[in-house]
Amino acid sequence: MISIWFFIGISLAVNGALILSAGIYQLVNPPLHPGVVLFNLHAGVWWGAVLLVLGLVYCFKFAPTRRS
Amino acid sequence: MTSLLAAEVPTRLVHLSPVDVVIVVFYFALVLSIGWYLRGRANTGEDFFMAGREMTAWVAGLSFLSANLGALELMGWAGSAYQYGILATHWYWIGAIPAMLFLALVMMPFYYISKTHSVPGYLKLRFGEPSRALSAVSFAFMTVLMSGVNMFAMAKVMQIVLGWDINFSIWVSSITVAIYVTLGGLRSAIFNEVLQFFLIWAGALLIPILGLYEAGGWSNLKLQIAQRASEQYVHLWSGLGSFTTNPMGIHWTGIVFGLGAVISMGYWTTDFLVVQRILAAKDIRSAEMAPIIGAGFKMMVPFIVILPGLLGLAVLPEKLVPESIAAVTGGHSYNDVLPLMLARYCGPGLLGLGVTALIAGFMSGMAGNVSAFTTVWTYDIYRPLINNKSSDHHYVNMGRWTTIIGVLISVGTAYLVMQFASIMDYVQALFSFFIAPLFGTVLLGMLWKRATGAGGFFGLLCGTLSSIGMWAWVKVDPTALRYVALSPHAKGLAQDMYQALWSFIVCVVVTVAVSLATKPMAEVELTGLVYGLTTVPSIGDVPLYQKPLFWAAIVVVVFFILNIVFW
Repeated sequence: MISIWFFIGISLAVNGALILSAGIYQLVNPPLHPGVVLFNLHAGVWWGAVLLVLGLVYCFKFAPTRRS
Repeated sequence: MTSLLAAEVPTRLVHLSPVDVVIVVFYFALVLSIGWYLRGRANTGEDFFMAGREMTAWVAGLSFLSANLGALELMGWAGSAYQYGILATHWYWIGAIPAMLFLALVMMPFYYISKTHSVPGYLKLRFGEPSRALSAVSFAFMTVLMSGVNMFAMAKVMQIVLGWDINFSIWVSSITVAIYVTLGGLRSAIFNEVLQFFLIWAGALLIPILGLYEAGGWSNLKLQIAQRASEQYVHLWSGLGSFTTNPMGIHWTGIVFGLGAVISMGYWTTDFLVVQRILAAKDIRSAEMAPIIGAGFKMMVPFIVILPGLLGLAVLPEKLVPESIAAVTGGHSYNDVLPLMLARYCGPGLLGLGVTALIAGFMSGMAGNVSAFTTVWTYDIYRPLINNKSSDHHYVNMGRWTTIIGVLISVGTAYLVMQFASIMDYVQALFSFFIAPLFGTVLLGMLWKRATGAGGFFGLLCGTLSSIGMWAWVKVDPTALRYVALSPHAKGLAQDMYQALWSFIVCVVVTVAVSLATKPMAEVELTGLVYGLTTVPSIGDVPLYQKPLFWAAIVVVVFFILNIVFW
């Protein structure tokens, strides 16, 4: 049976990749009116990267091919 | 009803970008995929209702906590923190940690050894059929109401934040929950709850981090709250010496004895919604470790729930008001503080994850209610009272149909709860009705062998009726609050604390009196059910760091440190 932790890894990795992509896009093309406070911190970039790395670690560690 | 809600709704807070929509849609696709993947592993009663009793301590523990991370936790308590300040944290610390540890170390062995399917099932073994029937019916009633509260809260958030139609939100979430629980049973609910636990943290953690950055750290935040509200908003205990020196209008006796000793004990040790997750553990050590793991994470939840409410007090430009005033003025209520903070900090992508965290929280609570309702209906109402001669396959099918029917009843309930001004007060009242007396009954059943079947039944009945009676008394005559809550200055939550305390006492007194007046039960009938007549199985020869007692001690130390730091 596929481990629940593998599903969690998929979720974190996909969400992280999407958020990181959106964050990088806004970093490269900053909007005139960001609409959020602390836009200058670019939270989407670093938070997306954290989720992506964490998700990939879970995916690798609990991959179905690595389990009996 | 719909037009009434539409009139209450201000302009939507945010607009989702395409990447946000993709994140939300991906979440729904993933939870449905998990349900579909697990559909072949829910063919027997043990699989469908008890997840095969093969969950590890971590999975059971995170699921145990996640089932509680519903609408109340995420939105209601953030709103309560804005309204009452850091006092709301009591519901996470003294109102949860001692009870979770008590469940792990004292009560869980009896639940686990008896191999019961449910808490009402334990009452059947200990006190007989009448106690089970009373408990099962009241639990089923409470559960569908709770599920309705979850749905209502979720739909309100989606309406406020995104402008989604309330009916759309209710039906999409409820149909999704119905599909994945019907397909995979409790195992599917547990797997999705663990996933939702991670999403809740991933989506909500940025708010306190960025909020503290904006406020200039904890010390500056306290100063700003003191200027905009009161210094007492950041003290856990120092204002509880009197009913009039804290925002909640409660005395420390209500927090310690009403919340800490009765309501939280009742909820965390006898509410089948959460206990069911622990009963699915694979062995006795996992069953004991799971609530301790849950307690460790529970202590951290205020960081993503209470702190955003406090930050709202300091950084939001507008002043939030009670639900009833917001409905008239078109402004934002206390319960909107979390979505407002989300909109304040989260741009494209992060916003989608934050919204997903809210949806995940609501759905985990809803799925928890539905799966617990299904088990209690099938095993504690349908099988003993209606049809006790059918096959295991028949009961599994009944469980699947009950899941769908339970969701439909919850949808109907969601519309009913809209008439109540405060979601939180309403649910607290429900807890007081059923949970506090049930805790008295189960506790005496486990620890006092002299308690008899008649004692258990009449104690539970009188405790529940006394709680409903006190609630009705204050509803009809609000001045009765001075008697129920010991002060005319007490507010809603304080009333619930004392109401629970009195109903617990009524339950215990009646149980003891009736038991002493009736014939004792034979000790052979009580083996495996009562302390002193039960040999608790050993967890085995494991190293210190694998012993539940060791981790419970660490949790206790951290618990005391936190309470002293925020005194």
